[in-house]
Amino acid sequence: MPNAATSPLTAYIEHLEQGELAYQFSPSANAAVFYPRVIAPRTGADDLEWRVSQGLGTVYATTVVHPQQGTPYNVALIDMDEGFRLMSRVEDIAPTAVKIGMRVKFRVHPKEGDEPPYPVFTRSEGV
Amino acid sequence: MPQRGSVAIVGAAESDLGAVAALMSPIDLMAQGIHRALQDAGLTLRDVDGVFCATTQARTSAMSLVEYLGLPGAYTDSTIVGGSSFEIHVAHAHAALEAGLCNVAVVAYGSTQRTVGRRAASTREYNPYETPFRPFLPASAYALAASRHMFEFGTTREQLAEVAVAAREWARLNPAAWENKPLTIADVLNARPISDPFTVRDCCLVTDGGGAIVMTRIDRARDTAKLPVPVLGWGQCITHAAISSMPDLTHTGAIQSGATAYAMAGMAPADIDVIALYDAFTINTILFLEDLGFCPKGEGGRFVEHGRIGPTGDVAVNTNGGGLSYCHPGMYGLFLLIEAVRQLRIECGARQVAGAEAALVHGNGGVLSAQATVILGGPSTV
Repeated sequence: MPNAATSPLTAYIEHLEQGELAYQFSPSANAAVFYPRVIAPRTGADDLEWRVSQGLGTVYATTVVHPQQGTPYNVALIDMDEGFRLMSRVEDIAPTAVKIGMRVKFRVHPKEGDEPPYPVFTRSEGV
Repeated sequence: MPQRGSVAIVGAAESDLGAVAALMSPIDLMAQGIHRALQDAGLTLRDVDGVFCATTQARTSAMSLVEYLGLPGAYTDSTIVGGSSFEIHVAHAHAALEAGLCNVAVVAYGSTQRTVGRRAASTREYNPYETPFRPFLPASAYALAASRHMFEFGTTREQLAEVAVAAREWARLNPAAWENKPLTIADVLNARPISDPFTVRDCCLVTDGGGAIVMTRIDRARDTAKLPVPVLGWGQCITHAAISSMPDLTHTGAIQSGATAYAMAGMAPADIDVIALYDAFTINTILFLEDLGFCPKGEGGRFVEHGRIGPTGDVAVNTNGGGLSYCHPGMYGLFLLIEAVRQLRIECGARQVAGAEAALVHGNGGVLSAQATVILGGPSTV
């Protein structure tokens, strides 16, 4: 069997470079999968396909980190409408204003030097 | 399946704690703990043929410890799943002793994280799905769980602080505790913020330390120096590694590990006199009191109010002062076992729980990731 041409992480980053938040879906398990893997958890199915999220989610848990130097910042877990969860942060509002249950929308934090792009969120009004 | 009570803990001791001598190594501390624990048991190193250990500061710690002790051919296990590694070692040692793979097992830990610095002692792996967001780990992971518990069940900032205050009150009765100044709820709330809702007083200490326990089959245990403490039951459950993969932040693997341990022991929460819960952060104690059946899910915050789990309360939790006030060298699980053994042998002086006949020890590893429960008994339980 030939080696895989692309790792799950590379494929995920390539989607982010296109401005997309991608996740995997296993048709046989009928379940979203995140973080990206080479096989589906629990079932072991190798039918994982890539899908692009609509980018809408809800804050599941939130904290404000207080570094010894620098300004406090948000870290949150976001439940996406497609049924997967990821760590991220909510930007453009005070970190203390991020609340569980808040609706949020994905945007990409662009590549900086060697650091690949990653998903962040802003408050979403009315969706 | 290993049998309830077929093996016992026959020796238990801490190594040096707190801030240890310069250039003391984690393996030095393991050896010191083993020496003291064997003395406690009335055994010698020549009796030992099973070596169980873990530390974040030696990648192949069993190899290092076998070399250091000069025990070639010893049966070894250095399973490492964070702070609950040692509760899992007890289970593995139980199986190995019963199978005759070894006859006298030591379970050891050592850490110099205060001396060398937390980063040097425990390098955090890069996680491409978490590291970019700079969570202050492990604190932020537990803070996320606390945020969710507060949201779902109305748990309050003050209730979290009650856990730290109770731990401090117990620590003030333990001469070996690192912290012994009085602590109030207001002190906890007004301390330096770390990761909301936690202040530094919601977080475990950063100390050096280590120790060991000695285990053997129950027939041999009856010939050792002190009352043997039989291993009645255990269970484990790993649910995730990173907090973003934890299925439900208010329900931990302790639900399963506890149920397995109670079933093996033939016991229920009402049978437990001494409760030792891995309190890396104040939310831990609340979550584990719920998940191990001492109160209903969601009631943990109200349960700990009014000093209920402190020395003047009616539920004895973390009688040594816990990771919050006694000592926390990074993987604290071994100290839970040491304290439970001492309570069951009625050796705890001012902090002794009257009539201690059964103890539940609950280890937690990673970020609420690896849950492992051990139930220990007094001599009347076998």
